[in-house]
Amino acid sequence: MKIRLDNIVKTFETFRAVRDVSLEIGSGELVALLGPSGSGKTTILRMVAGLEFPDSGDIFFGDENATEIPVRHRGVGFVFQHYALFPHMTVGENIAFGMKVSKTRRSPTDIAARVADLLRLVQLDGLRDRFPGQISGGQRQRVALARALAVDPKVLLLDEPFGALDANVRRDLRRWLRQIHAELGITTLFVTHDQEEALDLADRVVILDKGRIVQQGTSEEVCRQPENAFVMNFLGDTNRLSAVVKDERAEVLDAVYAAPGLPDGPADLMFRPADVAWSEQGPGLAANVVRVIDRPDSRRVLAVTANGQNIEFDASPEFPAAVGSRGFLEIRRPRLFSTTA
Amino acid sequence: MSTARHTKPPRVGDAPIFRRLLIAIVLILVVLVVVAPLAVIGVQAVSKGIGYFARTIAQPDTRHAILLTVATALIAVPINIAFGVAAAWAITKYDFRGRRLLLIVIEIPFSISPIVAGVCYLFVYGLQGLFGEMLQSADIKILFALPGIVLASMFVTAPFVARELIPLMQAQGRDLEEAATSLGASGWRTFFSVTLPNIKWALLYGVVLCNSRVMGEFGAVSVVSGNIRGQTNTLPLHIELLYHDYNAVGAFAAASILALLAVVTLIAKVALERRGAGRVSRPSLAAPQPALEKIP
Repeated sequence: MKIRLDNIVKTFETFRAVRDVSLEIGSGELVALLGPSGSGKTTILRMVAGLEFPDSGDIFFGDENATEIPVRHRGVGFVFQHYALFPHMTVGENIAFGMKVSKTRRSPTDIAARVADLLRLVQLDGLRDRFPGQISGGQRQRVALARALAVDPKVLLLDEPFGALDANVRRDLRRWLRQIHAELGITTLFVTHDQEEALDLADRVVILDKGRIVQQGTSEEVCRQPENAFVMNFLGDTNRLSAVVKDERAEVLDAVYAAPGLPDGPADLMFRPADVAWSEQGPGLAANVVRVIDRPDSRRVLAVTANGQNIEFDASPEFPAAVGSRGFLEIRRPRLFSTTA
Repeated sequence: MSTARHTKPPRVGDAPIFRRLLIAIVLILVVLVVVAPLAVIGVQAVSKGIGYFARTIAQPDTRHAILLTVATALIAVPINIAFGVAAAWAITKYDFRGRRLLLIVIEIPFSISPIVAGVCYLFVYGLQGLFGEMLQSADIKILFALPGIVLASMFVTAPFVARELIPLMQAQGRDLEEAATSLGASGWRTFFSVTLPNIKWALLYGVVLCNSRVMGEFGAVSVVSGNIRGQTNTLPLHIELLYHDYNAVGAFAAASILALLAVVTLIAKVALERRGAGRVSRPSLAAPQPALEKIP
């Protein structure tokens, strides 16, 4: 089912949560809404679900305008951040709930068979008679997904699906969700504030800031071609140096970088910690090492430029760690963003 | 116990003297304040023999008072349950203007003396009151009759159920209801199969409190009922009447009945809890809500 959002606006009391968002999600696509808290991503998800209603704008499911359809009849599967499993029902009863309340009557044996199928799909056979309080967080998450899938939703919506789980479980569940999506081909929209999760899982990443879409595209597109400083910053560790642009050339201290298409004036030069090469004799930006942090697969070096700007970069574990030593930084893939308003 | 004391490091407040002192204080207070008076009621009630006790109870005025009290509870408690659940639901599941105000208004009966409530009803429904003439011309009797007694009791006990439910329902949030609705459940279905099972213990407790208070209410009822012996006297009023008649044994007998009604309520509550505890669903409800897993 294709979903289209047209100029959606939503304001809570005085807080403008969503400002004029338009978005298309193709049938069978797996899309991530990525943004910091307060960026409006959960509000958008809840509006697609019908748990909130936009102040203006329309939401289409296929060709049908679904804006005014209440959640009960909208045919979406919603997985809540904290699962919202019914604590007084067993895992099996939780999964069967949607089928039991549905208008299409199903016989108890049909329901039991479907519950068994879904339990197998989410790899929880044998936990049917447990209560939510008796299973782990990752298992609860999978029960919540099975419960949402039980009603054959047109669209699957997940609110921070792995936010409350620890790192290992999260990684496993991510791969597994990707697999389920491939198997069922159901249009899926999920919300996350974790860039790694979005990049890892989604066909397309929609990045939001302050209620607006700031960039959307595949993981590769948003990673390699961030359109502005916010996206660059939000997707990962970023170094920032102030630069001055003149005649499409950006000057940073004594180094000069090409700045095609940038207006004259102040700009930010941004780059990833991994995109730095260190040498004892130039060329590059002169800097002093202030601290070295060891990581399992690399060393993170903290350095200060001649005019006191901080830089972090990643070096191999063999990097000679001499605090105070002086060297030069060569920046690969620098990105320049104008800061003139 | 002595071995445990040697192997365990002492915790704060775990010194034997402190522990014994604390237990002793509690026990003495319970005996002095709760057990002794109750025992006295029981003993005094039958001090002139079981026969006399039975005759006192069988006296028409007393019997009428018992029936009136039970009838009042049977009307007022269900209405207050419905009101309390509706109010708690509205306050915790919806955002609307005046929510906080409603919360305060619901609590007013807690802070107002019941006798004030009674007098208020006099002003509203009394002959000289707001609706007095209207009611009289329509031949509806509210004061000095069952409706007045029920109204006054309901006023006094209005907060009991709501007050038990609101904190719990606030803590539970709206996720469960939203989940049920998103799965296609209607409002009623959501309430009965999702909300109610998760609030039933708090609800039960609220009902017990509400019931005890309705049966025992004195101040407000004494103003609106007019204290007509054999007609509008509830048990508490009747007990006072007997006592002022220097019929101490009669008063004690009636009081023992009132106490008995309270005990029956408590037994009913315990029995319901037991039945619930026997079911498999109990542990998951009693178990602490799973904490959020750590976010690294």
